[in-house]
Amino acid sequence: MAETRALRALGLIVLVALLALPAVAHFAKDPAWISLVTRMLIYAIAAVSLDLILGYGGLACFGHAAFYGLGGYTVAILFHHARSSEVLWGLIPGSTQFLVTVPAAMLVGGVVAAAIGALSLRTAGVQFLMITLAFAQMLFFLFSSIATYGGNDGMTVRRRNEMPGLDLRDDTVFYYLVLALLLLALWAGRRLVRSRFGMVIGGIRQNERRMAAIGIDTYRYKLAAFVIAGMGGALAGALMVNHARFVSPDMMHWTKSGEFMVMVILGGAASLIGPVLGAVTLVGLEDLLGQIPKWGEHRMFAIGAILVLVVLFGKGGLWGWIARRLSRGGDG
Amino acid sequence: MLNLAVEQALNGLQLGVTLFLLAAGLTLIFGIMGVINIAHGSLYMIGAFFCAATLAATKSFLLALLAGIGGAALAGMLMEMLVMRRLYARDHLDQVLATFGLSLCVNEAFSIVFGQRPLYVDIPPWLAGSVEVVAGVPYPTYRLAIVVVGLLVALGLYLLISHTRIGMLVRAGSTHRDMVRALGVDVRLLYTLVFGLGALLAGLAGLMAGPVYTVQVGMGEQILILTFVVVVIGGLGSIRGAFLAAMIVGLVDTALRAFVPPWLKTFMEASAADALGGGLSSLGIYLLMALVLLVKPRGLLPAHG
Repeated sequence: MAETRALRALGLIVLVALLALPAVAHFAKDPAWISLVTRMLIYAIAAVSLDLILGYGGLACFGHAAFYGLGGYTVAILFHHARSSEVLWGLIPGSTQFLVTVPAAMLVGGVVAAAIGALSLRTAGVQFLMITLAFAQMLFFLFSSIATYGGNDGMTVRRRNEMPGLDLRDDTVFYYLVLALLLLALWAGRRLVRSRFGMVIGGIRQNERRMAAIGIDTYRYKLAAFVIAGMGGALAGALMVNHARFVSPDMMHWTKSGEFMVMVILGGAASLIGPVLGAVTLVGLEDLLGQIPKWGEHRMFAIGAILVLVVLFGKGGLWGWIARRLSRGGDG
Repeated sequence: MLNLAVEQALNGLQLGVTLFLLAAGLTLIFGIMGVINIAHGSLYMIGAFFCAATLAATKSFLLALLAGIGGAALAGMLMEMLVMRRLYARDHLDQVLATFGLSLCVNEAFSIVFGQRPLYVDIPPWLAGSVEVVAGVPYPTYRLAIVVVGLLVALGLYLLISHTRIGMLVRAGSTHRDMVRALGVDVRLLYTLVFGLGALLAGLAGLMAGPVYTVQVGMGEQILILTFVVVVIGGLGSIRGAFLAAMIVGLVDTALRAFVPPWLKTFMEASAADALGGGLSSLGIYLLMALVLLVKPRGLLPAHG
């Protein structure tokens, strides 16, 4: 039991550090830290949602960036129409309200995930991976070709969304909002994986045939998990566009899907907290390597090499390593 | 109209054989070793860059050809011995991540050495110019040569796999791996050779594509995803399926690109029609893939059963 106590203590320390971060950053006169950590936390939301299908469900989805990008585009397009007061397809008025745009983004992500999932889940394994990648690439090309929304270049979103009672344009306020949403996502994810639904998803990963044999319609469960993950990805995208005030097809690029997968596996799949660690590590590493003068732009070389080594010689990701360390400490 | 159709059909075949060379290697490697190689696109890029750089340095097309093919094959075998070999027993996720890392690494290494600017490769003089395939339809000789080489390689691959001892081992290795090992075949060597062959085909596709498209970092990834579509439509692990699907995808993609934008222009503004048409026609093959999956989830010609 020393293990769980150590973990709780560690979690509490991290949480206090995250809560204190804006104050520390202001004190150190380095507010760029807030922006960096906000980015980490947003990627963490995307990675946690991917963990649901990738880690718990064992479905190798290589297209998570599609939902991330769709979430981002939903916010940006609603903003665009609110600004120009044109009504989209004669039906949908624009909006700049956070409480409207973000649920809308999640809705779009969920609906598209249902369509892509319904087709992709007819296959499994490597084919599933290739198909999710291909569909994500399809959306990438689609958004690259819509000139109204910036085509290849993307478009800027001049202002963050508004929320009654909160000034989201303040980076500190936005940071706390993102942190709260990540904690909410972690809590919801934990509830989900420990529920009957989560048990079924885990059972499907271990032996789908056996789950089907006891009378469970595995396709519907997998599809539901896929839709939930898609909504999580869209939430992260919506937050990122609010944070960066910019959207472009690059959000849907296949390397972004790859990065999300890396975050999950690097941090430790099927643990929820692992993907958070993975996101923090990967974003931090990219930022750190990017600051090296002259060679910084070639940081992907080092990241690629590290990735290969971690996959070859690492087991269970960062979280697995920490958990092993803690349990060993608990014994002695 | 007929001229345009003939020309576009040939363009489609040219894309088709390029896709086939990539898909054949990818699906062969998957069929035999059970690994998925995201870095396959990097091998295509390596073939193109080695060929372009050798050509620029020596002005010899023969040397450039050898450098492109040999470089890609060597890189492939090196990849197998250093990384892939350790991944055969792992699950597909690990394979994907490791090869994704490899492709990031290789791409960045090439952009350090060659820079981000695209290279342009000259067509050999004896393949410059054009020939009349059908009376009144001139077609670039070089592109025609790609089609011919691609079809010859497809034929050679068929003969190699179904009529030689190596091919027999390859086929046996994909269905009864343990039995092949038990019969005393050096499976490690076989795997390295198969990987080298797949890499060689990818390199050949890359160096032939060099003069038609531009040679630049990232060229491999664009076509890799199309190759995935081909492999999924054809049926994973099936070379016959890869051939059929590559031809279909090549023809459909080329036809959509040729005919959708002009059709949009009949009722839209020209620049908007070009942009939207480009986007819509790149969607076509993905919709085709979705359609195939609805009817035959295992692809058109699945490998086993």
